[in-house]
Amino acid sequence: MTETPSKALPDQPDEPLAVAEAHTPDEVAIASQWQLTWWAFKKHRLAMIGLWVIGFMYLVSLFAGFVAPNDPTDSNRRAVYHPPQMIHFIDSSEDGWSFRPYVWEMDRERDPDTLAVTYVPSGEKIYLRLFGRGQEYKFWGLWETDIHLLATVKPRDNFFLFGADRLGRDMFSRVVYGTRISMSIGLVGVAIALVLGITLGGISGYYGGRTDTVIQRLIEFVLSLPTIPIWLALAAALPPSWPIYQQYFVITLIVSLVGWTELGRVVRGRFLAMKNDDFVIAARLDGASEKRIIFRHMLPSLTSHIIASLTLAIPLMILAETGLSFLGLGLQPPAISWGVLLKEAQNIRSISQAPWLFIPGGFVVVAVLAFNFLGDGMRDAADPYGH
Amino acid sequence: MIWRYILKRILWMVPFLFGVSIVAFLLIQAPPGDYLTTYIAKLGESNEVLDQASIENLRARFGLDQPLYVQYFKWVSRLLVGDFGMSFEWRQPVSDLVWGRMGLTLCLSMATLLFTWAVAFPIGVYSAVRKYSFGDYLATTLGFIGLATPNFLLALILMYIGVVHFGADVGGLFSNEYKNAPWSMAKVWDLAKHLWLPVVVLGTSATASLIRIMRANLLDELNKPYVDTARAKGLSEFWLIMKYPVRVALNPFVSTIGWVLPNLVSGAVVTAIVLSLPTAGPLMLQALLAQDMYLAGAFVLMLSSLTVIGMLLSDILLVLLDPRVKYD
Repeated sequence: MTETPSKALPDQPDEPLAVAEAHTPDEVAIASQWQLTWWAFKKHRLAMIGLWVIGFMYLVSLFAGFVAPNDPTDSNRRAVYHPPQMIHFIDSSEDGWSFRPYVWEMDRERDPDTLAVTYVPSGEKIYLRLFGRGQEYKFWGLWETDIHLLATVKPRDNFFLFGADRLGRDMFSRVVYGTRISMSIGLVGVAIALVLGITLGGISGYYGGRTDTVIQRLIEFVLSLPTIPIWLALAAALPPSWPIYQQYFVITLIVSLVGWTELGRVVRGRFLAMKNDDFVIAARLDGASEKRIIFRHMLPSLTSHIIASLTLAIPLMILAETGLSFLGLGLQPPAISWGVLLKEAQNIRSISQAPWLFIPGGFVVVAVLAFNFLGDGMRDAADPYGH
Repeated sequence: MIWRYILKRILWMVPFLFGVSIVAFLLIQAPPGDYLTTYIAKLGESNEVLDQASIENLRARFGLDQPLYVQYFKWVSRLLVGDFGMSFEWRQPVSDLVWGRMGLTLCLSMATLLFTWAVAFPIGVYSAVRKYSFGDYLATTLGFIGLATPNFLLALILMYIGVVHFGADVGGLFSNEYKNAPWSMAKVWDLAKHLWLPVVVLGTSATASLIRIMRANLLDELNKPYVDTARAKGLSEFWLIMKYPVRVALNPFVSTIGWVLPNLVSGAVVTAIVLSLPTAGPLMLQALLAQDMYLAGAFVLMLSSLTVIGMLLSDILLVLLDPRVKYD
């Protein structure tokens, strides 16, 4: 039941494994498949960076209430299109320097000729405190607290690291909360795609014959449907009056329609190839039930491949949700996702006035890149016996 | 042999398109209400109220009072004789509306396809031949970023740069004075001046993925013994690469026709809305939202046919280009 490391190892003792350089042959010989995979993965530097970035993003979305200094839905008429403020950590004055984070205060002024609102630095510093007290929020929906990662020392002050939008809402807090929804949509969508892909792909590859033909035709049919119009039609069918969690679930379902076909094909191909492998025949001759053969013998040797293709499916879903919400067909405000935030940047007037509305787009790009690197690395590492 | 193969593939399209027509019909009918609900809501905005009798009257005229399957069979049977029906919203034959938009859409798609090939081919070859050089790293980095950036974001950023730094209006496909003008040389020139932005925006991600594919395929080929043989025989390096490995690695370019055509048409929806292009996308979105059944259905069917035709085209080209590919 210990997967299949014996398959490749004793056959070619002269040929070094991809991971062999860093580890002694003895170590490699007794390492489990997961250990070999991890060693191979660690060598992929970009994939490691991707892993860190993604880990960081999920950490932020787990503690969104704590990281965000403000309530993301709080509008502030005095801060419409407030520009971003740089955060300084070292406060230097006449009597030396100290560690005291601060931002420069900006005053709102109206141009006497054009009446346009501009913000000019007032020369005052707004001091910030780590783990300071700010607005109340519910920590994981469990208990009330008002401790934030960063808060102003004086409760009446405000600071905008990523600027403010057309209603004076703090973009930084909105991006943080948006991360939570955008990043989790990919995860939930992938879970749905996983169930569909494994079930249909597995059945297709294991039984073959007519079942295979039917399922393959179905996959081809879904693949050649034009995705965007289908999404649009499905999303347009969503009544905007639905509560957020219901919208969220349906959007995830729609988005996961992209992912499962690819996974289904991978699983099918592997099952077809593996069906007549020695270890499967051995299990069958041993009288193992079909369920046991599939779940205990065949699926475990596929796990790393499945994880890799799942990771590569997540960015597609994130992009899909962003596009839909950007069009106003996905999540509706007051829900916050990166796509909903980018909707604010839709017309040229608001972005030429407030280019910081692009910031959520940067997060989309970074997240998608990180997932792609991670998935690439996993795909390469998935087969540690190859070269 | 090849003719039989093509014929078989074309015959396959019939049940496929039939399936698509059902899916399209159900999807468009899925939202609660019908076109009249949208229409009444729109009238309500301008404080007009329809009485119950005229609503029933309109519903009967549009044929919306009949059960779903009757509506579906009426639609399909008229499709078979080439009648796409009337658009509820525009009170015009659907075929006029669709063809008016499809021309520009196809023009844009072709330009984008050419752009994609023209950029991806040399860069892909260069990346593979000069593996791990500075240029290769640059192309790889740009390629990854191009893949990760949503089209509409790229469109917005380019528009922002255009407006803020060049003071130019970059949206649309025509300048104002040519929008409704009849076709002339000046109008074509105007189109060409506006075309580059959507072409770059739409072509970026396809270019990025083609470069990756080209590079990977060519790298596989470059290690093969026949390349060494040709080199040993003294063939110049340029011809050696162009004549053999590149030809083999070219297959993915041909395959792109299959997905590029429909992808461009439908994938361009969001971009087209941002850049306010008069292509099929925005009209289709509008039709879907208004539940303008016949118009939306025609678009979905048209796009699906494009997908299937594109796949067929690329498969045929593959067979012609590469004798190793088998058809059956």
